[in-house]
Amino acid sequence: MKIIIKNGRVIDPSQNLDCTTDLYIARGHIVGLDTPPEGFEPNQTIDAKAKWILPGLVDMQARLGEPGHNQTGHIASETKAAVAGGITSLCCPPDTDPVTDTQAVAELIQRRARQAATAFVMPIGALTQGLKGEHLSEMYALKQGGCVALSQANQPIQNPLILKNALEYAASHNLLVILRSENHQLKNHGVAHSGAVSTRLGLPSIPASAETTALARDLILVEEAGVRAHFSQISCARSVEMIQQAKQRGLPVTCDVAIHQLFLTEMDLLDFSSLVHVTPPLRSQADRDALRLGVKMGVIDAIVSDHTPRGRDEKQLPFGESKPGISGLETLLALTLRLVDDKVLSLSQAIQLLTEQPANILGLNCGSLQLGSSADLVIFDPESYWTLHSESMLSEGKNSPFSGWEFSGQVEMTFFQGRPVYLANAV
Amino acid sequence: MSARLTRPNIQLNEQGKLKHFLTLEGLKPHHLTEILDTAESFLNPHTNEIKKVPLLRGKTIMNLFFEPSTRTRTTFEIAEKRLSADVMNLNISASATKKGESLLDTMWNLEAMQADMFVIRHSESGAAHFFAEHVAPHVHVLNAGDGQHAHPTQAMLDMFTIRKLKGDVFDLKVAIVGDILHSRVARSQIQALSLLEAREIRVIGPKTLIPPFPEALGVHVYHDMEAGLEGVDVIIMLRLQNERMQGALLPSEQEYFNLYGLTERRLAYAKPDAIVMHPGPINRGVEIDSAVADGPQSVILQQVTYGIAVRMAVMSIIMSNAALLAQAQAEAVESPEQASSQERPE
Repeated sequence: MKIIIKNGRVIDPSQNLDCTTDLYIARGHIVGLDTPPEGFEPNQTIDAKAKWILPGLVDMQARLGEPGHNQTGHIASETKAAVAGGITSLCCPPDTDPVTDTQAVAELIQRRARQAATAFVMPIGALTQGLKGEHLSEMYALKQGGCVALSQANQPIQNPLILKNALEYAASHNLLVILRSENHQLKNHGVAHSGAVSTRLGLPSIPASAETTALARDLILVEEAGVRAHFSQISCARSVEMIQQAKQRGLPVTCDVAIHQLFLTEMDLLDFSSLVHVTPPLRSQADRDALRLGVKMGVIDAIVSDHTPRGRDEKQLPFGESKPGISGLETLLALTLRLVDDKVLSLSQAIQLLTEQPANILGLNCGSLQLGSSADLVIFDPESYWTLHSESMLSEGKNSPFSGWEFSGQVEMTFFQGRPVYLANAV
Repeated sequence: MSARLTRPNIQLNEQGKLKHFLTLEGLKPHHLTEILDTAESFLNPHTNEIKKVPLLRGKTIMNLFFEPSTRTRTTFEIAEKRLSADVMNLNISASATKKGESLLDTMWNLEAMQADMFVIRHSESGAAHFFAEHVAPHVHVLNAGDGQHAHPTQAMLDMFTIRKLKGDVFDLKVAIVGDILHSRVARSQIQALSLLEAREIRVIGPKTLIPPFPEALGVHVYHDMEAGLEGVDVIIMLRLQNERMQGALLPSEQEYFNLYGLTERRLAYAKPDAIVMHPGPINRGVEIDSAVADGPQSVILQQVTYGIAVRMAVMSIIMSNAALLAQAQAEAVESPEQASSQERPE
C-alpha cells in the first residue's frame, strides 16, 4: 500500500519541522517528505489541505484493562480509543492481574496488542515481584520480554533498602525505572488533597508531603544508584522545584504529569463527584499553576493520559469508596492543545511533549515522521469543533470528568504502521 | 478555570426551598431561621413539651443507619412519630454493602417500598449527596451524619439551643474545643454559626486535631485553651473518640485533659454567663469535668430535647415545600393529571 498525503501542514518537532508539504508512505513506513522516492506510484492520495499532520502520540501511562480487569476494558477496545485520540504508542503499567512481573504476562499483552493491530503497546514491567516491594523481579528477563521500563505503578516501594537495591540492579543493566513517589504512611488512606476543599468537605486527606518527602528520598537514591529514572505523575508545586534542582545537579532524571492535573483542581471535588477521584489527588490551584509552568519551562518532559477505564459500579459510589481514575486517552491531545490556546505552550512544544520527548525518554524511535520511521501519524483538523459526550467514548471506561467540554480541533484520521486505524465520522 | 458547569445546589428545589437536607454549606440564612422558627412552634413555651401533630400522616420515613448511633437515631425516631409518620428503622452494617451496586440497590429497593424520606447516616463523607443524586425525584434525603463532612440537624439543634438561651446567635463569640479535624458536627456548626453571623468562631485544640486549612472555614485557631476561652459566650465541647489515641494524634487522655479538658477553673475564662454545650455522648474526665457537665452553665440535656423539635422542623419543612411545589406546578399546568409528571426537575 502506497499513500501520498498531500498539502498538509506537517508538524514534527523531532525534525524541527513545521511546513506545508507532502508525505509519502510505503510498506508501513515514511518513505518520502516533500519529494517522492524514485518510482513512487501511489494507490491512494489523501488531500490534507488545511489539516495538520502530526506524528502519532506516545502515551507513557495508559491502563488497558488486560489482563485481569476485563470488566473495565480490553486491549482491543482501549487501543481503538487511543488512536481516536491520536495516540499510536502507549505504555501500560504493571498493575495488571496477574501483575506484569514475568515475561509471560509481558508477552501476553504484546500478543493481544499485535492481534488488535491498532496501536503499539509497550508493557512496563514490575520492579518487584507482585509489586509487593519485597523481592526484585527478573528485570532483565522482563526487558528481554519487551518491557520498555520498570515501575511499581501506584504501589511505591516503601522500604528504602529494597528501593536502593532495585535501583542499583536496574542501573547495572541500564534499565529505565519509572517511579511515582508517595509515602504510604503520610497518605494514610486519604482520598483528597489536604487543603481548603478537604477541610470543608471532611474528606480524608493526602498532604503534599506524602509526595515530596518520598520524592526527596527517591532522588537521593537515584543519584546514588546512578539509574536512569523517570518520575511519573508529579502533582505538587514543590515536586516541580525538586525535579528542576535534580536536573540542574545533572541527574539522569525526567518526569511527566497527568493531563488532568493541568486542568482540574481540588475545587472540582466540591460536589463529591467520583469522576474526579484520582491518584495522586487533584491538588490546589497553586499546584496546578506550578505544574503548568513546569511544562512550559521544560522541567516536565512529557504529558500522559494516565488512562484508567472504570466500570459504572466502580464509580457509582460515595467519593471515598469509589475507585480512582479517569478515562483519558480520548482527551489527551485535545486538552494539551487547549494549553496552546491558553498561551501556556507553543504548538510545537505541545506536540513535543506528546511525541518526541516521551519517545526519547523510552529510547524508542516512535513519535517521529523521519524518513524510515513507522508511518504512525495523525491527520488533524484544527477547524473542527466538538463536544465530548462520555457515553459516546470509544473506551469501555466512560469515566471522564470532561464530558460536556467543548474542544477546537479534532483527530480526523490516524495511521498505524501505514494503515488507517481510525477515521472520524466513519459511516 | 474549570469549565465544568456549576450545578445547582441539589438540596434546593426549583423554588429555592429545601428539598433535601444534606449540609448547611450553600444555604441562605433564611433557610436556617425558618428551621429555628418552625422548631419553636413545636415546643410548648412553658413546659418544653412537644406534642404530636398530624403533619406527616401517611408518609413513610426510613432511617438508614450504616453506622451505629443511639442518640441521633432515637431523636429522629421520636421526631418522626410526633409528626405521625410511619417509621422504619434499618441498621445496615457497612460491610454488607461494600459493593456499590448493592448500596444503590438497597436504596432503590427501599424506594420501591414507597419511602417518602430517607434519614441516612453513613461513614463516608459525601454519602448523603450520593444518595440524593440517585433517589427518585419525589424522595427526600436527610443527612444524619456523613463521615467527617456534615451533621446539619445536630448543628441546627445547637443553634436552637443557643438562640433559646442567648436570644440570638448574632454577635456571639463561640469556641469549639477538641477534635475539629474528624468532626462532622464541628464543620456543620461552623457553617451555621457563620450563616447566622456569630461575631467570632474559635476552634481550640492541638494541631493534630485541626484541619489542614482552617482558613477555609473562617475560624480562628487557638492551641491554648485559656486564651481561646477568653471572653466567649458559648463553649461547645466535642467528644474525643478513643481511636484518636491509637492514631498517635495525642500522647494520652491524661495530657489531653490537662491541656483541653473543660474544668471549672478554665470555664472562668469565658464570660460569666457563658453556656457549655456538647453533642454527646460525653467522656467525663477526658474532655469535660463532671462538675462542669452537671453544673449550672451546662445545657447538654436541653440540647437533646431541642433536637427532637429541630428534626421535626426540618422534616415538616421539606414535606411542605414538596407539597407547595406540586401545587404551584399543578396551577401552572392547569390540567391536574399532568402535575405529577411535571414535578421532576429538568
